This record gives sequence, C-alpha cells and structure tokens, in this order.
Amino acid sequence: MESSTISLMSELRKTPLNALHRRLGAKMVNFSGWDMPVEYPSSGGLIAEHKAVRGSVGVFDVSHMGDIRIGSGKKPGGALAAVQYITMNDASRLAIGQAQYSAMLYPDGAFVDDVIVHRLGEDDFLLVINAGTREKDIHWVRANTKGFDCVVEDLSDAHTQLAIQGPRAAEVLQKLTDADLSAIKNYWFTHGTVCGLRNTLIARTGYTGEDGFEIYVPSDAAASEKAWNQAMEAGREFGIIPCGLGARNTLRLESKMALYGHEISEKINVWEAGLDRYCKMEKGDFLGRAALEQAKAAGLTRTLVGLEMIDRGIARDGYCCCNKAGESIGVVTSGSPSPTLGKNIALAYVPPASAAVGTILYVEIRGQKCRAQVVATPFYKRQKKAAAPQGAGGN
Amino acid sequence: MAYPKSYRYTKEHEWIEVKGDLATIGITDHAQHELGDVVFVELPKPGAKIEAGKSFGTVESVKAVSEIYAPASGEVIETNGELQNKPETINNDPHGAAWLIKVRLTNAAAIRDLMDAPAYEAYIAEKGKETSA
Repeated sequence: MESSTISLMSELRKTPLNALHRRLGAKMVNFSGWDMPVEYPSSGGLIAEHKAVRGSVGVFDVSHMGDIRIGSGKKPGGALAAVQYITMNDASRLAIGQAQYSAMLYPDGAFVDDVIVHRLGEDDFLLVINAGTREKDIHWVRANTKGFDCVVEDLSDAHTQLAIQGPRAAEVLQKLTDADLSAIKNYWFTHGTVCGLRNTLIARTGYTGEDGFEIYVPSDAAASEKAWNQAMEAGREFGIIPCGLGARNTLRLESKMALYGHEISEKINVWEAGLDRYCKMEKGDFLGRAALEQAKAAGLTRTLVGLEMIDRGIARDGYCCCNKAGESIGVVTSGSPSPTLGKNIALAYVPPASAAVGTILYVEIRGQKCRAQVVATPFYKRQKKAAAPQGAGGN
Repeated sequence: MAYPKSYRYTKEHEWIEVKGDLATIGITDHAQHELGDVVFVELPKPGAKIEAGKSFGTVESVKAVSEIYAPASGEVIETNGELQNKPETINNDPHGAAWLIKVRLTNAAAIRDLMDAPAYEAYIAEKGKETSA
C-alpha cells in the first residue's frame, strides 16, 4: 500500500495524533512520507481491526489525506467551471452538501489522482486527495485553474481527518454531535458540532466499503485527541477499536476501491481502471477527455479484474500474471488474504480476452505458477439495511 | 516473551536449538510481532539442503512477505506440517509449537558464531531505539 513517494526517515511527516498512536503502541510505518500506524497490536492487530469494521465499528486517523478548497472568484461560477475542467465526474450535478468520487486526469487520460469532490456551496468545492500525491496535486490544481475566476486554497494541514467506519458508526458518532446523522445519505455531508467543536464537516464517506463517516476537526493536537478519545469512549459499548492503514488496505481491496500507485496511476487510464461510471464524457470539455475519446475508439488492451487464488499462495503487488503456456499477460496491482472471505484475493491488469469471470490464470509466486480464477467484483459488498435505504454511492 | 537461553539467534530473527548434530529452527517472538498476523508459511521438503545465511522459506503476514534465512547449513529431516493449516501458531507460540524445520547439521560447531539470548535481546532493544527515534 505504499504509494509513490518515499522520504528519508528524518523527514517523515506526522499527523496531530502521532503521539497518541505511539502511546497506544501502534506499529508505525513510512506511508508516502508519513509516519502512520499500520496496525495496533493493542487492538488485536490487522485482522481484528478489519473484522471490527465489517462487524461493528473502528476508527482511523486519515489526517495524511490532503484537502484543496476551490472557492468563488470575483463572479460566481468560476469555481464550478474550474472543478469541471480539472475533474472527470460532473460536479454540476452535485447539490450543496453532496459529494462524488472523481479523478483528476493528465491530458493523456491517465490519473493525476482520484479525489472526492464535496460541494460546500453554489460555487465552493472541497477536494479530498491522497497523501502521497499532495504536493503534486496542489501544484496541478493551481497550474490548471489559472485561467478560471476562482480561489485555490491548500487546507491539507488545517484538518485532522478521522474515519469512523462500520455498521455501528452512525450510532457512535450520533452520541458526539447535534447533527441528525440519519438525514445524511451516503456520499452526502453536513456541518455540525462534534465533540464540542463547532462547524465540523461530517461526511458519510469512507474507504472501507462499509457505512461510516469522515469528520474534519481542527488540526491542533488537543482538539484532535479530544475527538479521538470521545469517539473511543462513545464506541466502547460496540467494541470500537483503533484501526491502522493495514486494515484500511484490506477493507478497500475487498470492496475493489482503487489505490493510487496501484490500480490507478499516471500510466493507467480511466477505461482500463473500470471507472467509467465516474467519468462524464457528455458534460463538456475537461482535462484528459480528448485522449479518453481516442482510447475508447482504439479499444482496451488491458482491464482490471478480480482474482481469487485457487492454489496456495498470496498474489502480491507487482507479481506477474501468465497464461497456461507460461507467457506473461499481466500484472497484479494489489493482493492480500481477505479476512472477510477467508480466501486470497487480488486485483490485476490482464488483456480483455482473459478477463471473463471464470477464466483461469496463473500468478507467478517466487518462481511457482499458482492457479487463480477471475471472479466478479467487488469481492465484498455490504448488505444495505432495508429500513434505511441509502444513496448509490458516488454519482 | 522470554528468549530461551538454550537457543541461538540470528540478526534476521531466526532461532536455532541444537542437540548433537540435530537442530530445530524457527522465527523469534520479535519477528512474529514485526510481521503481525501470519497467514502463510512455505517450507522446504525433507531432504532439501539449506545453507547458512541463505533463504530457505517464507513467512507471510497479511501485509508482507518475509524470507526465512538458515542459521546453519544442513539437510532438512522434518517440517512442521501443522503450520500449513494453522499459520497463526507462529504468532501464538513462536519459540515452541511453531518450530519450522528440523535439520541434520553439516557443522554443529558453527552456531557458536550466532548470538545467545542476552546478546539477541540487546540487539533487538537497540533496533527498537533506531525505529522509534
């Protein structure tokens, strides 16, 4: 799950909760230049953390994520026009208080980064971006919005971002806020008082495939620790535990959510990644659109598939996929045991001819060709509560 | 977890217990802790030769693949088949039930070059300081 950037140990960046993670005895790793908890042995470790989120609730520090605000310039409409130009989804369809999964693309149709676009106001947007691509993204956004009447602000260091995730997340967070969480649908957000912190952004979003919320509190250590500790206290009756980036990765993998540097990168385009439904070609011009049109006409040479291992062995990022004859046909982008399914799963790029569900492929694991089968994805999909229907996820 | 006084230890976090020219090899408590939940183990078959300092198998946690290095040279005479179905034994009892292989050593005297328990404990304490600095 380590994406692009690797920094020297001495330059590792820390979130406001770093000291708390260390007090909790978290195992820390360098994630894209950030000193982040990968798992908490005191929580029972990665598998226990994963299962807590699937079965009840867990809390993650995701403050390493970046935030870019694109606000109105002199006249209204400039921010929307800018967001429409630099992202592939249709932000004009968002209501105020709604969010969408989207991406910023290079002119060749490959990924600068994937983002969640929040519409804060009629002409006011918040883009949540990846940790490893923060500097690149802010530079990209500034450079490509120059011709628009808008104001770009890097708010990345202004927030501590906590993700409270799992089927009991709403019950936990509801104890800490005056906002009516039942009124917030999936991929919508509101502002409310959380843990006494006023005007806190509360979004029903996440990266686990489970119901849950992400809250954006001020980035001073005191406010951050207060929010964390109150979430832990409120979740005690549900068995809430701190969760690290390890569980975050296995949770998102089971749900087939892309990770920058793996399923999406500056060498992979939207069609290959299978993110068609978040790319609105009909909305008007945007960066990458022309190349995507050509790519669509040319046809796919590779496509992202889900694999389930048949033979013993775990397919890992970078392992080669081959056919029966032993010829290399593709590559694994992410792979892991699935704690929910009890199977070894992976995502891989393979030619369309080898992408049909049921196709048998071979993953080369330390010189051994291990059989794997193409399976339907996502590997895991949560049961929606019949009583409380929710939105379809990112538009 | 205590490090048995009768074992010797490598810098790569394997342990070896020697009786005559027969040795039992495993990974240390420190190693299993660093790995996290162990989900997969790959070991050589009986009859295979292992060579001191060279990889003879792998242990995988959810997140990572880790090579296991031979503390000494010899021929594998038995592998711990239980670990295939219960790899988590490595987390629960790394110095006991989760032994990996038994080996007939080529030169039992060579293990004197490895660390004893106090030296290994000092070694991992020093490493801990480095990573938390």
